Amino acid sequence: MLRTAGLGSLAAATGAIASRARAADVTTDPRLHHHHAMGAVGRVDTSRFDPTAYLRSFNFSHLPPAERVRFYRETQREDGSLLREYEIFAVDREIEIAPGIYFPAWTFNGQVPGPTLRASVGDRVRVHFVNQGSHPHTIHFHGWHPPEMDGSLPEHQVAPGGEFLYEFDAEPYGLHLYHCHAIPLKRHVHKGLYGVFLVDPQPPRPPADEMVMVMNAFDTNFDGDNEVYAVNTVGFHHMVEPIQVEVGELVRIHLVNITEFDLVNSLHLHAMFFDVYRTGTRLETAEKTDTLMLCQGERAILETTFRYPGRFMFHAHQSEFAELGWMGFFDATAS
Amino acid sequence: MSERPPSTAPAPPRTGGVRVWILFLLPLVLVAGLVWIVVASDPAARLRGDLPPVEELAFQRVELRDTGIVATVLNDGPDPVTIAQVMVDDAYWAFVQEPLGPLSHLASVRLSIPYPWVENETHVIRLVTSSGLTFDHEIAVARETPRPSWQFFAWFALIGLYVGVIPVAVGLLWYPAIGRVGRRGLDFVLALTVGLLIFLFVDTVEDGLEAAGGLAASFQGTVLFTLVALLAFLAIEAFGERLAHGLEGRGGRARRQPEPGEAAPGPGADRGPLVTSLLIAVGIGLHNFGEGLAIGAAYSLGEVTLGALLIVGFTLHNTTEGLAIVAPLAESRAALSHLVLVGMVAGAPTIAGAWLGGLVYSPLWSVVFLAIAAGAIAQVVILIGRQMTRERQLGTLVASRPVMAGLVAGFAVMYATGLLV
Repeated sequence: MLRTAGLGSLAAATGAIASRARAADVTTDPRLHHHHAMGAVGRVDTSRFDPTAYLRSFNFSHLPPAERVRFYRETQREDGSLLREYEIFAVDREIEIAPGIYFPAWTFNGQVPGPTLRASVGDRVRVHFVNQGSHPHTIHFHGWHPPEMDGSLPEHQVAPGGEFLYEFDAEPYGLHLYHCHAIPLKRHVHKGLYGVFLVDPQPPRPPADEMVMVMNAFDTNFDGDNEVYAVNTVGFHHMVEPIQVEVGELVRIHLVNITEFDLVNSLHLHAMFFDVYRTGTRLETAEKTDTLMLCQGERAILETTFRYPGRFMFHAHQSEFAELGWMGFFDATAS
Repeated sequence: MSERPPSTAPAPPRTGGVRVWILFLLPLVLVAGLVWIVVASDPAARLRGDLPPVEELAFQRVELRDTGIVATVLNDGPDPVTIAQVMVDDAYWAFVQEPLGPLSHLASVRLSIPYPWVENETHVIRLVTSSGLTFDHEIAVARETPRPSWQFFAWFALIGLYVGVIPVAVGLLWYPAIGRVGRRGLDFVLALTVGLLIFLFVDTVEDGLEAAGGLAASFQGTVLFTLVALLAFLAIEAFGERLAHGLEGRGGRARRQPEPGEAAPGPGADRGPLVTSLLIAVGIGLHNFGEGLAIGAAYSLGEVTLGALLIVGFTLHNTTEGLAIVAPLAESRAALSHLVLVGMVAGAPTIAGAWLGGLVYSPLWSVVFLAIAAGAIAQVVILIGRQMTRERQLGTLVASRPVMAGLVAGFAVMYATGLLV
């Protein structure tokens, strides 16, 4: 970790100046490094899934246009709203959730979390779902829709090799979820079948640097307790690759909690405060805080503006989760 | 096998020769061929399909240093294991693995973890493999592991003195009293000794099997313990035989002359009290070596406080061992030099054990040494038994009041002092 090495050698250098006679002891005494030795060793291969790219990818926007059209198409409708069509498939895939730790995941489109789907309120959403996995799966959307589109009842299960067309109007506006609702539910969710379904109000919220943070966790030894915690799957990812933001620009974080086994999760942002829009279903904020707790399945939109350049730590305020991977840095630069 | 008819009386078949060798080696060649076929075709793999690999990691040694935690870990499973990450107390932590790479079957690595452990508190190390399996080790009470400096050796020598040498020497001081207790008194003391030793035997077997259970499964701890104990028993039996002949050959300086009317001892049955006491000392010495290992190991496993408790218990416990050594000498005049010799043979191994346990503790060697001790003690029990039954039937002997009282007293003393350990 760059940060670790930097602080460690700075401390060593300071010690050396303070006590020249014992300079050798100071630079070699590993106790100076103790407090910065926390974290995973090594780097995750991000060529298959890059959490930094996922952060700001909406409707497959991280793909080149020719490839994107295979998964996402939008068509203008008579009333001015859009028909948004998605190709979503469930597939078993081994993913790397921390350096060297591989998890036998069940995924939407080969990634955890699944692709972020984004519509404006009143748009028509049509999701063509194909189950290429080894177990029955569904897509259960949060939002208004008729019961046959709910993907939760026994008759809604899509068998391996089967497919289904989910279709409904995007409403209400807000920050929603989609996830598999096949049983056993707990396993289908914690194996990785979830993603974010974002519905924008009309007119939309003010322009901002927008990002999605899904607080998730993995029980790698299947003992009902998580071994790795993260935002967007890869533990400690934003410790080694801080999220780049601009000083003075509005930052909008779409924060979703899909952690299994632990009742709540939280986000704490250092040295700053943010406005909270719970579930994103109101345009006025009712809360300003620096620590927000969310239950399983709960969501909130957070807005803030960085005042100072530099690094700002963010992590779960459950210290245990933080030290098991759920922590990272913002790196704010003045333009 | 068919018996050769004696009447024909032909020339005996030639022994040795190329043909015999071929006949002897043929089955081995066939087995080698079978092994090759099994390895090449791997029928088990077909059964197993694409099941995930069997991963098994065992902690061999955990040291606490001012720079952090150093753990030695062994792959106890059939398949290669990759240690992906290390957690300490539910936090991923930096670590350096030497040598790098996956661990093959029975390979071991050293993990250096710069973790700021807290003195006197409990820590749990958890290894996460590449497939997400976890293997835990708990450090019950964290204390810095002693390093091999001269203080380390001095400190362990002192502990060894407290636990082994001094208590045994104190026990030896019963020698003058034992010479004046008469026949019934001697029966009592010898039975007491047997009681003590049977207790020690059970104690050693329990410790050994417990250590065997903690071994990596590949080392087959229980079988190892049993066979080493048996071999030790036989080896000391043979050693005693040679020792007895050696002393006889040199005129049996300290041998007691048979009194008028006493039955002449059968060959090998009476090894003389000096040999008996020396063999008892050897057995107890091996047992104390195992105790030293246990104390040293408690330190090396980061459980120093528990080690200190052990010391107090062992000190009281071991005083009775001196009595066991001098009991056979009751009717003979042993020189002071012999007493010093048996005292050192019984007591000093504690120091060596503590050094070894503290420096290079390995669960495997603990099992081996405890097995040797168990075999040695069993041999000594039988040795004293032979001495006591030289003139009497075992049944009448055991039924006699002094013997029964002695056995019960032996158990009781060991049990009472054992409560302290």
